[in-house]
Amino acid sequence: MPEGQFKEGIVGGRLPAEQYADNFSDLHPPLDHHEALVESDRCYFCYDAPCMNACPTSIDIPLFIRQISTGNPIGSAKTIFDQNILGGMCARVCPTETLCEEVCVREVAEGKPVQIGRLQRYATDVAMAENKQFYARPEPTGKTIAVVGAGPAGLAAAHRLARHGHDVTILEARPKAGGLNEYGIAAYKSVDNFAQAEVDYVTAIGGIDIQNGKALGRDYQLSDLIRNYDAVFLGMGLGGVNALRADGEDAAGVTNAVEFIAELRQASDLASLPVGRRVVVIGGGMTAIDAAVQSKLLGAEEVTICYRRGQEHMNASEFEQDLAAANGVTIRHWLQPKRVITDAGQVSGIELEYTALKGDKLAGTGETLTLVADQVFKAIGQSFVPAALNGSEASIELEARRIKVDGEGRTSLAKVWAGGDCIFGRDDLTVSAVAQGRDAAESMHRSLTQG
Amino acid sequence: MADLRNNFVGIKSPNPFWLASAPPTDKAYNVIRAFKAGWGGVVWKTLGEEGPPVVNVNGPRYGAIWGADRRLLGLNNIELITDRDLQTNLREMKQVKMDWPDRALVASIMVPCEEASWKAILPLVEETGADGIELNFGCPHGMSERGMGAAVGQVPEYIEMVVRWCKQYTRMPVITKLTPNITDIRKPARAAHAGGTDAVSLINTINSITGVDLDSFAPMPTIDGKGSHGGYCGPAVKPIAMNMVAEIARDPETHGLPISGIGGITTWRDAAEFMALGAGNVQVCTAAMTYGFKIVQEMIAGLENWMDEKGHRSLDDIIGRATPNVTDWQYLNLNYVAKAHIDQDACIKCGRCHIACEDTSHQAITSVVNGVRHFEVIEAECVGCNLCVNVCPVENCITMEPLAAGVMDQRTGKPVSPIYANWTTHPNNPMAKVAAE
Repeated sequence: MPEGQFKEGIVGGRLPAEQYADNFSDLHPPLDHHEALVESDRCYFCYDAPCMNACPTSIDIPLFIRQISTGNPIGSAKTIFDQNILGGMCARVCPTETLCEEVCVREVAEGKPVQIGRLQRYATDVAMAENKQFYARPEPTGKTIAVVGAGPAGLAAAHRLARHGHDVTILEARPKAGGLNEYGIAAYKSVDNFAQAEVDYVTAIGGIDIQNGKALGRDYQLSDLIRNYDAVFLGMGLGGVNALRADGEDAAGVTNAVEFIAELRQASDLASLPVGRRVVVIGGGMTAIDAAVQSKLLGAEEVTICYRRGQEHMNASEFEQDLAAANGVTIRHWLQPKRVITDAGQVSGIELEYTALKGDKLAGTGETLTLVADQVFKAIGQSFVPAALNGSEASIELEARRIKVDGEGRTSLAKVWAGGDCIFGRDDLTVSAVAQGRDAAESMHRSLTQG
Repeated sequence: MADLRNNFVGIKSPNPFWLASAPPTDKAYNVIRAFKAGWGGVVWKTLGEEGPPVVNVNGPRYGAIWGADRRLLGLNNIELITDRDLQTNLREMKQVKMDWPDRALVASIMVPCEEASWKAILPLVEETGADGIELNFGCPHGMSERGMGAAVGQVPEYIEMVVRWCKQYTRMPVITKLTPNITDIRKPARAAHAGGTDAVSLINTINSITGVDLDSFAPMPTIDGKGSHGGYCGPAVKPIAMNMVAEIARDPETHGLPISGIGGITTWRDAAEFMALGAGNVQVCTAAMTYGFKIVQEMIAGLENWMDEKGHRSLDDIIGRATPNVTDWQYLNLNYVAKAHIDQDACIKCGRCHIACEDTSHQAITSVVNGVRHFEVIEAECVGCNLCVNVCPVENCITMEPLAAGVMDQRTGKPVSPIYANWTTHPNNPMAKVAAE
């Protein structure tokens, strides 16, 4: 075992075979029936509940919790799905500690909020295990809608459109639907192939046709969609990864964290997944944490997150930072990458420069630090790639390099709506993408039915 | 150190905590365990007539209601009196009393409403050395169908008659146990008093169905698809029991009649409350059935600690201390004005006070002030009803603050009067007594 962990370079099989299943088991094991009853009893059924207002999808949280407490998890699940058809995944991946649970009055009162996320998972798990479908598709309206991207925004939009009787075609570039739920979330947050189970659950309403391997700009153009469909929803997410802008970042062993996470999620045998002995992750968001923790769980000896600003500036929630620390990840602050050190084209270390805030501006101090590393992950954010749109003979207005939409999700192009990470000005959360997809669908429906 | 020794109608026990006549006192084995744990006394599970004993159902005897974490709030039972042979019980009682002379041992008895039956059993019980007898006029299930238990307790004349027989045929103190399944608890208490009882004990259990199985549509507990009402007890019945104790304690006809308080007593505080309302000691059952006999240790230590803290030296210092403060509604001071006050530092902003007041009371609590979520009492609307205090999840966050005499009550626009005035003299009362000139 030790020899596996201390092996130099980027290799697989660092841990005993049986350890992987343990390491990647459910981060928050589901509540059992009695635990759910006890936890639900902690909810005060607040008036104008702060949790509900903090939820991007405005789930009626006090009501769904009360339904659990009265032994009606199916009714509870419907309360959740009414607002958020991906409530099962959101229960797993939402940073509840910065959303509903942060404002829970019991957090205020005793620093121990009602575990809303886990209760939501309990109710949705019960309904999904029974494959209880709450929404019947009405008579088809004859309207057809193209949805680009089968991620949270696209799926939420598709489901809401199907509920209104429209025919939806989802065009997805990747081999599987689910978007970041399938490719972009740490494995221990979505065990047992949940993302695909959820796609099946959502599409079971009917009227949703998912076509995989169809990339916008490559296999079809936006203008085709506008021509062939009554309306279009763009939910293709972010295709690009921000560069380190450090010398040597093309060296072997420098990897995009999102690709590593995707590869890990798709791996049939985690033991075969290679990871470095000493891993450095550059970034300060959820992706950085996911990559760092999973590197550690794959058996990396030493994992260090380097973030260019202070702890208080990190996008990763406190819970996520604690999770990283608990898994033995070191988080260092005020360090920016300067140069990737290579040895025969392979990463052997990284030189970082200390930073400081000068007024509002971050600047290097000149002092440097070198960390030995055989693998470096870039997790400094993703960017929208407009190329696919530009090649589509239709120009769409952007804002800060993402698609500009109005309050209903309408883009500058007639018949085209957008939502999820590809639009400007939101928080890049799964739950927000769901809200945007759902609301855009309602807007599309109004527009299609009211002329 | 407070002295917890109890003398109840001459029956002495080291503390006022007795186990009530019920399953925990069914036989020597349990009673000895109880005494070892520290219980001051027991009322032995009800004895019946000589002859073949009663039989119990062989399915569930108990039903319950619970809080979310299975905290037992109310228990119901359909168990009958002892199903063991009379002689066995008497033999065990005698031995136990001999081995534990400092503890109270009272025999509960239920035999048919015939003089001969009572006359026959009393000497047998007396021979055991028992300290007293308790007449079971309370059990509401099973035995009442046979004209015993609550069937007697619901007819004051029968109570008086049986008590007289008992006083006639035994020298032992007689405690009459009353059923709460009656409209006015004072009537049976007065009857027992008239018959010469030394004390009353109450309450026995309340007719109840604890639940309905919604698959089989059968009441619970369910015996082969059917259910029968059982006797309800446990923490949920305490407020009902306390009112009945107080009613007897303050009734001019029964005032001073010793009362053994029963009904949901679970902690020292419950016991202290019963005693303050007039109970000379207390009997416990459900708490022991839920947690075992050890709970008496908390009760003893807790009562002692509270009495020491408050400077009460003996039980006589607390018994009946609250009785004079229990009165009729018509004598409550209508010039007393209190307003709810919300401690903003303690408030966690759940909004329950607001919605309770807004939807169901007097629209006297804000939800938003200057665009911010904020809960504050609107004194001009507050009638002082206390609902907000009761629904607030934070202890002492909302308090009822009395307005001092002379202060303007913003709701009525009048200053608070310093004079006590009740409904009997209120101008709106058509029956108002004219004040004596």
